[in-house]
Amino acid sequence: MSKIFGGLLVISAVMFAGAPILIAGAPYESTMGLVQKIFYFHVPSWIVMFLAVFICGFSSAIYLFKERPAADRLAVASAELAVLFGLMGLMTGPLWAIKAWGVWWQWDARLTMALILELIFIAYILLRTYGGPGSEKLAAGLALFGMANVPFVYISVNVWRTIHPTTNVIPTLATSAPGMFGPFVWCMVAFLVLFVAMLTARLRLEEQRSRLEQLHLALEG
Amino acid sequence: MRTHKVLSRSVGVVLLVVGVIVFAAQFDLAEATVGQPAQDEFVPLDSVPPEDQLPAAPLLVAAYALLWIAVVGYLWSIWRRMVAVERDLSDLAGRTGES
Repeated sequence: MSKIFGGLLVISAVMFAGAPILIAGAPYESTMGLVQKIFYFHVPSWIVMFLAVFICGFSSAIYLFKERPAADRLAVASAELAVLFGLMGLMTGPLWAIKAWGVWWQWDARLTMALILELIFIAYILLRTYGGPGSEKLAAGLALFGMANVPFVYISVNVWRTIHPTTNVIPTLATSAPGMFGPFVWCMVAFLVLFVAMLTARLRLEEQRSRLEQLHLALEG
Repeated sequence: MRTHKVLSRSVGVVLLVVGVIVFAAQFDLAEATVGQPAQDEFVPLDSVPPEDQLPAAPLLVAAYALLWIAVVGYLWSIWRRMVAVERDLSDLAGRTGES
């Protein structure tokens, strides 16, 4: 495990070290200028957050219906990462917004739903930490609701009136702004590698905790 | 006790993040106002002049810095928790070996 984690961490560190060079070389966006470059870390952090939410949701479903402890461990590990990457998105977004929109925060559909998604997974972690025996299944149910929220967060910019850019920006980036596409893909891959590295480490921690719990039970019994 | 510790840590982190954002956003603005001559009349202007607009560079740097702080902080927290669990595991293994 430590070799995989170390290798992935080194790859992501190298990619993150190279990212500012690529980002600096990318063209400026016509209306937002320099601050738009936050996009190269803001969007990947949300995409990785959604990925973590899906892993947590599907693992929770497996745990609920098949009662596999390994699935529960994966759910806990990915829930924590969902909160972490969501927090990155919530931190970088307002720094972009204050310059682009003139406000730190706007209570529109996209931002509000993204905040709710983050809060659901903070609730998941609080439930797992302080919920006591039986909280695993309650948390798994909560994760399913959290996962169901993701498509609404994604399409919110197309369905409701909002000042946030629409979902059309990324699929058309390669043709509309080829100079931005390369750095974006680079950062996206760097985030994905970092996510896998962190998930590996966090999963290992959960496995060791489970081992410790079993040893405690064996000692008491 | 543990809840109190977690809460106080969380409040500390939030205050630190807010402090960094406010500092980064205001830094250039504060520098620009120092050393200006005293005004004896006001001249109206329809739009905010470019030099008074919020600078983008500190916001960009703050965004990347916060990201790095979050990543390093999280890796450090995993490492700390792992060390604690490994220690408990070896303690327990020693105890089961003795009994």
